[in-house]
Amino acid sequence: MLDITSKPLVEITGMCKWYGEFSALHDINLSVHEGEKVVVCGPSGSGKSTMIRCINQLEAHQKGTISVNGAEVSPDMKNIEQIRREVGMVFQSFNLFPHMTILDNLTLGPMRNRGVSRADATDLAMHYLERVHIAQQAEKYPPQLSGGQQQRVAIARSLCMKPKVMLFDEPTSALDPEMIAGVLDVMIELAEEGMTMIVVTHEMGFARKVADRVVFMDEGEIIEVAEPEEFFNNPQSDRAQLFLSQLLGH
Amino acid sequence: MDRNAPPPKPPKKRLTLVDYILFGSVAALVIFSGYRVNDVLVYNWEWSRVLNFVVRVDDETGQYFTNLLVRGLETTLRLAVWGTILATIIGVVMGYWRTCENLTLRIISRCYVELIRNIPPVVFIFIFFFFISSQIFPAIGLDDVDPDAAVFANPVFHFLFGDPRLLSNFLAGLLCLAMFEGAYVTEIVRAGIQAVPKGQWEAARAIGLSPIRVLGDIILPQALRKILPPLAGQFITLIKDSAIVSLISIQELTFMATEVAATTTKVFETWILVGGMYFILCYSFAVLFAWLERQAARSRR
Ligand SMILES: Nc1ncnc2c1ncn2[C@@H]1O[C@H](COP(=O)(O)OP(=O)(O)OP(=O)(O)O)[C@@H](O)[C@H]1O
Ligand SMILES: [Mg+2]
Repeated sequence: MLDITSKPLVEITGMCKWYGEFSALHDINLSVHEGEKVVVCGPSGSGKSTMIRCINQLEAHQKGTISVNGAEVSPDMKNIEQIRREVGMVFQSFNLFPHMTILDNLTLGPMRNRGVSRADATDLAMHYLERVHIAQQAEKYPPQLSGGQQQRVAIARSLCMKPKVMLFDEPTSALDPEMIAGVLDVMIELAEEGMTMIVVTHEMGFARKVADRVVFMDEGEIIEVAEPEEFFNNPQSDRAQLFLSQLLGH
Repeated sequence: MDRNAPPPKPPKKRLTLVDYILFGSVAALVIFSGYRVNDVLVYNWEWSRVLNFVVRVDDETGQYFTNLLVRGLETTLRLAVWGTILATIIGVVMGYWRTCENLTLRIISRCYVELIRNIPPVVFIFIFFFFISSQIFPAIGLDDVDPDAAVFANPVFHFLFGDPRLLSNFLAGLLCLAMFEGAYVTEIVRAGIQAVPKGQWEAARAIGLSPIRVLGDIILPQALRKILPPLAGQFITLIKDSAIVSLISIQELTFMATEVAATTTKVFETWILVGGMYFILCYSFAVLFAWLERQAARSRR
């Protein structure tokens, strides 16, 4: 199914990160191939967010290498924007731009970064808004939408940049339960179309359905990498077992 | 019940006895002060002599001319408008630098703000005025511009910057004022930028916007809306502070008023009149800013 022989789209080798004296990430190795879906899970504070934020350099790593689409990313590189345009990111707290309409939120990136005309950008934006089922709200402002709708807009905003890989940082954990399904549906559709995805989430249903691999992290290290069924039914490490029992316990 | 019935009227706001007593005492105080000035000081009011310095009538031709005080008011108005623009530019740049990661920029802006906030305005203006009028202006040849050159001797220039013969005088005052007020605008802008949630920076960067776009498209528009009220207050302070530059002989309203008060010896009339002029100017700006705030609030819905 996956072409493992090709060069990976995202490749992290020996990556370390410190916040001051505190070692937030230690010796992270992970490669993600085109079309692959990776779910990252682990207890709070284990470094999941930090790891995916290093991929588009919202956080700078201090050791090891990260490459995206063949190009190495580093904290002091000049054209980091170029890389970020290939990497979509969806945040836990949506982070839509509240002073712009939904439509403007979506057209901003393509118009500013890709030199797309307003008309073309609007067409593109409407296309993606339809896909996430909120085309009717295009003229509204973000605070007027429900959390679930805002998150779907945020996904559409990332897609407008036609990214090669999408990063999701707990996209459903700020949502009311009845909103979660709508967002997950959009993500599943995206996965089925072959988008490369790295998703930090504790939604086990989603992981089972979509993920090629589950990465389990704890205390800044990758402890276990396995296929979802394998990981959920038969976790190898004690820490993963503890984590899963706590997750299911609630 | 009838759904279409009109809603009950809100209770009328009425003045209570306490309000009447308050108004009464204020009125009594005003009347008493007037009485003191009139009878005890034996002050001879002569408004016409001071009003002559607002508009002067040519006795022979019967034509009206605007006089010193109006010219001073014009200069104050120019100082206010240009000062606001310049202070905004300084404030936005410095305010952004205050929030930068780059240490050099942070040190520069921090020094600027602390220096100005911890020196009395008058002292700062004397020092800075000496510096620009003795060093910078001669260096760029501003002291001996030809007032009859085409650039200067046209009505547009005159409207924007006043009499070209007083150009270096005006610019010196303007720069002093803008540098001074810019420090306060800097702090307001910094607070506004820092009030924008971190997630906005991250989302803007994540879609690949360049640093300047992140600031211009995402951060500043949001910061500006948050700081419009304190900013408006600062600009009105700027108009009032412009009186300070009279000390370095910038020929604005307060400077002219000092002259008029000295020549006419009609101190009360002059300063009451000038106070009224400042009030109207500042209050108009306050109304304008309040309107701008409502517009901004509406566009946000
Ligand atoms: N800016 C920062 N400064 C200092 N320490 C930080 C910073 N950001 C994160 N950390 C620390 O790094 C560790 C990893 O944080 P991270 O946010 O990556 O965890 P996480 O796995 O995403 O947790 P959660 O599930 O709660 O989101 C935590 O211990 C956190 O306290
Ligand atoms: Mg996190």
